[in-house]
Amino acid sequence: MGIDSLIGGTIWDEYSQKVCELINNPKNMGEITQEQADALQAKLIVADFGAESCGDAVRLYWAVDPKTDVILESKFKSFGCGTAIASSDTMAELCKGKTVDEAVKITNIDVEKAMRDTPDVPAVPPQKMHCSVMAYDVIKKAAALYKGVDIESFEHEKIVCECARVSLSTLREVIRLNDLTSIEQITDYTKAGAFCKSCIRPGGHEARDIYLVDLLEEYQKEKLAKQADSSYDAPFAQMTIVQRLKAVEKVIDDNIRQMLIMDGGNIEILDIKENGANFDIYIRYLGACSGCASSSSGTLFAIESILKDKLDENIRVIPL
Amino acid sequence: MRVYLDNNATTIVDPHVYEAMEPFFCQKYGNPNSLHQFASDTHKPLKDALQKIYAGINAKSEDSVVITSCATESNNWVLKSIYFEYILTGRKNHIIISEVEHPSIMATAKFLESKGCKVTYLPINSEGIIEAHTVRDFITDKTALVSIMWVNNETGAIFPIKEIGEICAQKGVLFHTDAVQAIGKIPVNVQSANIDYLTMSAHKFHGPKGVGALYMKKGKELTPLLHGGAQMNGFRSGTLNVAGIVGMGKAMEQAIDSLDFEMSEVKELRDRLEDALLEIPDTFVVTPRAKRSPNTILVSFRGIEGEAMLWDLNRANIAASTGSACASEDLESNPVMEAIGAEADLAHTAIRFSLSRYTTSEEIDYTIEVVKNAVKRLRAISSSYAYAPTGYNNGLNESH
Repeated sequence: MGIDSLIGGTIWDEYSQKVCELINNPKNMGEITQEQADALQAKLIVADFGAESCGDAVRLYWAVDPKTDVILESKFKSFGCGTAIASSDTMAELCKGKTVDEAVKITNIDVEKAMRDTPDVPAVPPQKMHCSVMAYDVIKKAAALYKGVDIESFEHEKIVCECARVSLSTLREVIRLNDLTSIEQITDYTKAGAFCKSCIRPGGHEARDIYLVDLLEEYQKEKLAKQADSSYDAPFAQMTIVQRLKAVEKVIDDNIRQMLIMDGGNIEILDIKENGANFDIYIRYLGACSGCASSSSGTLFAIESILKDKLDENIRVIPL
Repeated sequence: MRVYLDNNATTIVDPHVYEAMEPFFCQKYGNPNSLHQFASDTHKPLKDALQKIYAGINAKSEDSVVITSCATESNNWVLKSIYFEYILTGRKNHIIISEVEHPSIMATAKFLESKGCKVTYLPINSEGIIEAHTVRDFITDKTALVSIMWVNNETGAIFPIKEIGEICAQKGVLFHTDAVQAIGKIPVNVQSANIDYLTMSAHKFHGPKGVGALYMKKGKELTPLLHGGAQMNGFRSGTLNVAGIVGMGKAMEQAIDSLDFEMSEVKELRDRLEDALLEIPDTFVVTPRAKRSPNTILVSFRGIEGEAMLWDLNRANIAASTGSACASEDLESNPVMEAIGAEADLAHTAIRFSLSRYTTSEEIDYTIEVVKNAVKRLRAISSSYAYAPTGYNNGLNESH
């Protein structure tokens, strides 16, 4: 926003020097023929990703040593813009000398980072990130081929964005890896949602069973759950009062409540008070529990010992 | 060598235009509305310039050719004033444009659509041309305006403005044409075609940037978009862009004088470039030559993404253009390529070369050589021209 966004620059200004050099002189551009693979006593793998009608297509060639799974030679061909050429070239370079299992771990971020001039400055503008995602996808496809996963079964993977053929698993992975929070970012990284836009949210010209907004929501929920989990991991003494209440609730939900409900009772957390070195947790029994003999002995000790075990040694449970 | 073949984007300012504008910066800088000699010094040059602009499109002196800041302003003015006068008041509810209008029409129409106006987007045929009868098919008794460009900026396709104007007149519908890409390239005569409104822009015909105009036929004057000091007879307030108007007048005069040259010499160079490009295998040009403005080629090189081609051209100091995905902020393919129903594989391959009367024969020779080398290099990289083992099926030939 502000002054920098008023006069649109050319996207080329945002390409790193490395990207420019690779567009001009890609090192691994070309093919591996069956004869060349045979000469290396290697298995030839040819994998495609993308489609020209979507603006990007890449073909990856691997010569893999069948004894060691090591990628001896790696080449690419690409229908695509300059950054597609540069990231395909980088991807092919990164594959060399790795085993297939190692190569599968190469992510779009590795590809993009390898093209940076300086560690903190992105190699390409955001809308060009999809080029490196494609490089990442084609490696997975090549690996699937090498490992004998049926191409047909690969093709039947759940596709969320039909135009750009972006799969549910790719979207989930890219969203997580890059911590994406908006539709625009998903589109920049994967091209999903850039074309007919039907996959973004309900109400487009084609109905879908899963939309990009659903995936964002799913990821946000997952993140919240993780945060809750990590607060559960933090020392009880360092938690805020709300976190303490939540943590106690969670322990009771996970370990105790079900048992009580089965016996026709339940439990309510009323308050948590710091009392010297102790944490006093005030509870109230509900239903069958209130008045049960065990509620002030066995059940109470069980609850207290689970909470002590899971949260803090100094917890005391006081029924009211 | 530095070659500029992006004249549909903007043009070099004609040196005579520059010369004509020069005195109005540091000598005759008066505000035309003031009461002193500084102001009066500008009146005759302004009037002369307007006369040249009127003459350029054969407007009658009782018509209004109002100077604006650009074609985008002129186009916004027409659509929004029609909305205020006809749609908002409930008299009409509908406008018709083509599906390949410039963004200043397209985005404005979409905006008005969001405000309740009905909009029809007329399709082009496989030659990239609007067929006049489609206009007739979509006009209803609630249609307020038809707005169709005279020449398409991407392909150079010339639309049947005369026929469309006649249909609009018969049906009693207002007719606007965006003639930005027509002026200086083909004859533009508002009397020939029942035109109510016509948009133009100086920088597309070797005039300065920041000055355009809107022709309004007598009796069809629009509500102003810009209110203020009542300049331009109250139609368009704002201190007159004196140098710009003088420059536009001169540029129009030069453009009209150069029309024959444009339709002969420039066309000849364009045709030579086009012939040479078509010698390259798997190369396609949109819209037949006879139906195109004399300076434009929209060409597709199979297997080469548009931005990659622009990259190689730019490295060789050649400026061209692509409307395709990877060179733009969004990731859409060229809208014209989609609209003509081009093969999906070609949607991202379109490159536009647009010449001008400043383009030289040497520049064309050089461009041909550079394009041929670029095609060779990029097809060597392209997966469309890649080796695949026998019997190999990549499963990517399904339609998407």
